Amino acid sequence: MTWVNAVVQGLLLGGVYALFACGLSLVFGVLRIVNLAHGDLTVLAAFLALVATSTLGLNPVLALVVVVPVMAALGFALQRLLLHRSLRAGELAPLLVTFGLSIVLQNALLQTFSADTRSLPAGDFGTAGLELGGGIAVGWLGLSTLVVAVAVLAGLQLVLARTPIGRAMRATSDDPETAALMGLDDRRVYAVATAIALATVALAGVFYGMRGTFTPTLGPQLLIFAFEAVIIGGLGSLWGTLLGGLVLGVAQTVGAQIQPTYGVLAGHLVFLVVLAARPSGLLRREEVR
Amino acid sequence: MTDTTTPAATDATGPVVVRTTRASRAAAVVALPVVALLAALPYLVAPNITRLLVGLFTLVLLATMWNLLAGYGGMISVGQQGFIGIGAYAVLVADLIGVNPYLGLALAAVGAAVLALPTALLVFRLHGGYFAIGTWVVAEVYRLVTVEFRAVGGGSGASVTGLSVFPPVLRGAITYWCALGAAVLAVGGVYLLMRSRLGLGLTAIRDEPTAADSLGVRVRAAKRVVFVVAAAGCGLAGALIAVDSLRVQPDSIYSVQWSAFMIFMVVIGGLGTIEGPVVGAVVFFAIQQLLEPYGVWYLVVLGVVAIAAALVARRGLWGLLTLDRDVRLLPTGYRLRP
Repeated sequence: MTWVNAVVQGLLLGGVYALFACGLSLVFGVLRIVNLAHGDLTVLAAFLALVATSTLGLNPVLALVVVVPVMAALGFALQRLLLHRSLRAGELAPLLVTFGLSIVLQNALLQTFSADTRSLPAGDFGTAGLELGGGIAVGWLGLSTLVVAVAVLAGLQLVLARTPIGRAMRATSDDPETAALMGLDDRRVYAVATAIALATVALAGVFYGMRGTFTPTLGPQLLIFAFEAVIIGGLGSLWGTLLGGLVLGVAQTVGAQIQPTYGVLAGHLVFLVVLAARPSGLLRREEVR
Repeated sequence: MTDTTTPAATDATGPVVVRTTRASRAAAVVALPVVALLAALPYLVAPNITRLLVGLFTLVLLATMWNLLAGYGGMISVGQQGFIGIGAYAVLVADLIGVNPYLGLALAAVGAAVLALPTALLVFRLHGGYFAIGTWVVAEVYRLVTVEFRAVGGGSGASVTGLSVFPPVLRGAITYWCALGAAVLAVGGVYLLMRSRLGLGLTAIRDEPTAADSLGVRVRAAKRVVFVVAAAGCGLAGALIAVDSLRVQPDSIYSVQWSAFMIFMVVIGGLGTIEGPVVGAVVFFAIQQLLEPYGVWYLVVLGVVAIAAALVARRGLWGLLTLDRDVRLLPTGYRLRP
C-alpha cells in the first residue's frame, strides 16, 4: 500500500512540476528562448507572495490576486527591456542574459531575505485532505495544484488554438519574418507570451510555497525540474509537459520510498533514460510539413 | 613561435599568407620572461601572495576552458561544475589509496575526460539552452551519486591528508607551480588547438554549423573533442582547488556558482578570443577580492555587467581595450599580407 501511496503522492507532486514547466515551455515555444532564470523567477513570485501575506495579511491564495498581475507585468517589461534585445544580439546572447539574470535575482533575494527557509502559511487548506482508505490520503492543496495545472495547460492550449493572439503566437513562433510581413508586431506578441508565462510562474511559485519550503537559492533546482518535465514529455507539446511533470513526480516519490536520499536522483535518472531511449520525449508532437 | 610564413601562390610577388602579427611576435618575446618570473615567485614573495595567485590561475584555467566550449565550440554549458567536482574527488580518492595527491592532478584530468565521453553521448542530443540545462542535470547526478559514497565523506566531504608530509612552504610552492603550469598549458594548448586543422573546423562550426557540415567538417567529432578537452581542464581545476584548500565539500565543489564564474569571466573578458578570458579572469578576481566583504552583492554587480556585455559589448573587455581593431596577441587565423 505504501507504494500505491507513493505513486498517488507522486502524481500530486507532478502537478506542481507541470505548473512550473508550462511557462518554460511557452517561452521556448514562442520566443525560442530557454529562460535560465525561470526557476529564480518562480522563487521571486513565492517571496512576493510572502511579502503580500505578511504585510497585507492576505491568505496566500488571495495573494495571487496581487502576485499574478505583478509577475505578468514584470514579464512584459522583461521581454521589452532584456529578452527582445538579446534575441538580436546573436545566438548565445539570450542564454547569457537569462543566466546573468538568474544569478542577479538569486543573490539579490539572498541579500534581502537571508538564506532562511520560508514557507507560505496555507492554514487548514495546506494540511487537510481526503481520506481514501488504506492509509492513502490526498491533500486538498496537492489536489487543487494538480487541478490548477491541468486547467492552466488546457487554457493555454485553448488560447493558442482558438484566439487571435494565440494564432499570432503560433505564426510568430513558426516564422517571425513572414508573420511581421503579415502585419504582426512581434514585440507585442513576444511580450504577451512572456507575460502569460510569468503569470503561470506566479501560480507555480505560490502553490510551491504553500506546499513546502523555499529559500532564495532554490531557483536552479526548480528550473531543472521544469526542464526535465518538458523534455520527458516532449518539446512543443503542452499535454506532454503535463505527462512529463507527472512522470517526474512519480519517479521522485517512488525513488524516495526506496531510500529518502534517492528521490531527486531517481527523477534525474528517469530523465536521462528518456533522453537516451526516446530523445524526442514521450509525447512529441508529430511535425506536419 | 617561429615565423610561419608560407607562400600563398607559386607567384613569388603575390600576397603571402601569414599566421603571426606584429603584436603576436612582441607578445612571444614578452611571454617567456613573464612566465619565468611567475615561476620564480615562490622564491621572491611571501606565501600568501602565491596562495592568492593559485586562485587566479585556477580561474584563468576555468575561463579558458569555458571559452573553448562556448566561444569556439558554440556549446553553452552550465554543468562544468560536474567535472570540477569529479576532479576534486579524484584527488581525494588518490589520497585514500595512498597515491601522492599531486599525482591525483593527472588522475583528475584523465578521469574527467573519460567521464565526459558517455556524458557527451547523452547531452549532445540536446541543443542550445536545453543543452545548457542538460549538462547541469548531469552535474547534479554526479553530485548526488558522489554523496552516496561514505568513503569520501558522504554529504559532508573529507580532507586531503596525504599532503601533510610536505612542509607548508614547500606544499604552497608546489601547488603554485602546478596551478601556473596548468594555466599556461590551458592557454597554450587552446592556442595550438585553434591553430590546427581542428581549430579551423571549429571556427567554421561556430559561425555556421550547417555550412561547416556541408563543407566536410566533422561537426559532431570536433564538438566531442572540445567537450572532452574542456572536461579534462575543469577536472584539473577541481583537483587544484582540492590540493589548495585541502578540503572537499560536495555542495560547494559541485556548485553551479562555478559555471556562473566561468560565464562572467568569459563574457566580460571577451567571448571567442584567447586573450579575453584571461583578461576576464584577472578582472573577475580583482572584483571578487575587492567586494568580498560586502557579501554576495559582487555577484549581483557582475551579473548586471555580464548582461550588459552580452547585449552591447559582445567583444567584451578585450574588444574595448583593443578598440575592436582585431589586435591578437595569440592569433589563430590566416592573414594575407600583400
